[in-house]
Amino acid sequence: MPWRLLRFALNKKHPEPRMFTYHEKLKSSYDVVIIGAGGHGLAAAYYLARDHGITNVCVLEKGYIGGGNTGRNTTIIRSNYLTPEGVKFYDESVKLWQDLSTDFDLNLFYANRGHFTLAHTDSALRTMRWRAEVNKHYGVNSEVVGPEVVKEAAPMIDLSCAGHSPILGALYHAPGSVARHDAVAWGYGRGADQRGVEIHQQTEVLGIDVQGGKVKGVKTSRGYIATNKVLCAVAGSTPRILKMVDVKTPLYIHPLQAMVSEPVKPWLDPILVSGSLHVYISQSARGELVMGASLDPYELHGTRSTLDFVEGLSTHMLEMFPFLSNVKVMRQWAGMADMTPDFAPIMGMTPVEGFYLDSGWGTWGFKATPVCGKTMSHTVVNDAPHPLITGFSLDRFRNFALTGEKGAASVGH
Amino acid sequence: MKILTCPLNGPRPVSEFFYWGEVRPMPNPAAASDDEWADYVFNRNGAPGVKREWWCHTPSNTWFIAERDTEKDVVLKTYFYTGEE
Repeated sequence: MPWRLLRFALNKKHPEPRMFTYHEKLKSSYDVVIIGAGGHGLAAAYYLARDHGITNVCVLEKGYIGGGNTGRNTTIIRSNYLTPEGVKFYDESVKLWQDLSTDFDLNLFYANRGHFTLAHTDSALRTMRWRAEVNKHYGVNSEVVGPEVVKEAAPMIDLSCAGHSPILGALYHAPGSVARHDAVAWGYGRGADQRGVEIHQQTEVLGIDVQGGKVKGVKTSRGYIATNKVLCAVAGSTPRILKMVDVKTPLYIHPLQAMVSEPVKPWLDPILVSGSLHVYISQSARGELVMGASLDPYELHGTRSTLDFVEGLSTHMLEMFPFLSNVKVMRQWAGMADMTPDFAPIMGMTPVEGFYLDSGWGTWGFKATPVCGKTMSHTVVNDAPHPLITGFSLDRFRNFALTGEKGAASVGH
Repeated sequence: MKILTCPLNGPRPVSEFFYWGEVRPMPNPAAASDDEWADYVFNRNGAPGVKREWWCHTPSNTWFIAERDTEKDVVLKTYFYTGEE
C-alpha cells in the first residue's frame, strides 16, 4: 500500500464520508414529523425538501434505515395493474424509477428484465388479456404472449409444470425491473439528509398528542416533539400507530415470506410470476435466485419464518424448474404486510387533522416508493390529497366505494 | 405455532386448520346506520395483542375459538363457541 494513501486515511481533514448525519438530540419542534425511515418515509422527506423547500423535517425510525419491508421485499418494479387508478399511479412510479440513480448519484442497480405473469388456466389467460387491454389503454407496455415466448425467455422452464398445470400463455410486461432495495432507502435518506432533514434511528414513537382532533406533537423514546403534521409510513406497524390516534381502518397484518438460493451462474434474465403455483422468481445481480410465495395464512405481528414456507415454495419452484433440485436455499425471512380488503393502498388524509397516512402497502409497496414519496409530500404540504391518490383514500370504505386492485401482487389473490 | 389443539380432535398440525379472523359482534343489520355497518364490514382491530379468533379444523369441519397472542404467535387456549356473550 502506498504510504501516501495511509497518511491520507489517518488525516482528520479527510474523514470517511458518511451517508447520514448523526444528530445527538431531537429538536423541540419540527414542521413535519415522518414516522418510519423506510423507502416511503425517506422518499417523502426527500421530496418535501427538494420539491417543496420544507427542510425542518425529522424522520423517526424505531430500528434502522430500510430495515423493515424496504429491505425485505423481492425488489420487483412493474406497472401492469388492473384498475385505471392503479395503472396510472404505478406507471408514474416506474417513470420516476428510471431516473433515480442519476437523481441520487448512487447506483441502484436498476435492471430492466421484463416481467412474465404466467397463466395456467383459460380463466387466468382471460384476466391477462383484460389487464393487457387496460394497460395498453393507459400507454403501459403489456401484451399477452404464448408459451413459446416464455420458453425462449427462460429456456430452463418446464412448460408443463410437472404435467399438471401447463403454461398456456403469459402477460408480458417489458418495463418490469429489479433494483437494489436498501440502496433506494439510502439514496432517499442521503438526499434528504443533505438538504437538512434529520433522520433519527433507534427512536421509537410512544404516543401521538392529539388535541381537539388536531395533531399537536409526538412522544418518542427520546423526548417530546411539537409538530402539527405527522406522516405515518410504517407498513406492518401501522395499526400500532393508528391505535395512538384512535383511527379505525380495515388494515390487517399477515407475514409475507421470501427466500434466496445460493448464487449460481446467470441463467434467468426475466422475472417470472405464477399466480396458480403461488411463486415468483428472479435472479439477482449476485446470481442468487430471489423467490417468494403468497401471504402466510393467519394474522401475525412478527417476522419469524417457517419451514412450511420453504417446503411449499420449493415444491412449486421445482415444478417450474426441475433442474434446481440441487440448488441450496441460503436465507429466508419474513416481513409484516399491511393488507387491505381491496388490495389497494390507504393513502392521504385521515379524520385527525394533520395526521397523514401512507399505508396498506401489503405485498406491493416497494415499486411504489418514489411515487408515494412524491404524492404524500404534496398531500402533506397542500393539506389535500394529490390527484393520483384520490382513489386510495380511507373514506372509500365508509362510502362502500372500493378500488378492487386484483393485479396487486400477482400471487395468491 | 406449528401444532394447534382442536377441541374435538386434539393437537393437529396447523396446516390442517383454516383461520377466519377475530370474533366480532355483528350489529343488527336492520337497525345499524350505514356508518356502523361499514365499520363492521371493513374495519378491523389490526393492532397486536391477545385476540379471540375463529378457526376451523378443515378435515372434520370443526369450528372453534382460539385465544391467541398475535405478537408472539402463542395459542393460550381453544374451546367451542357457546353462543352470544
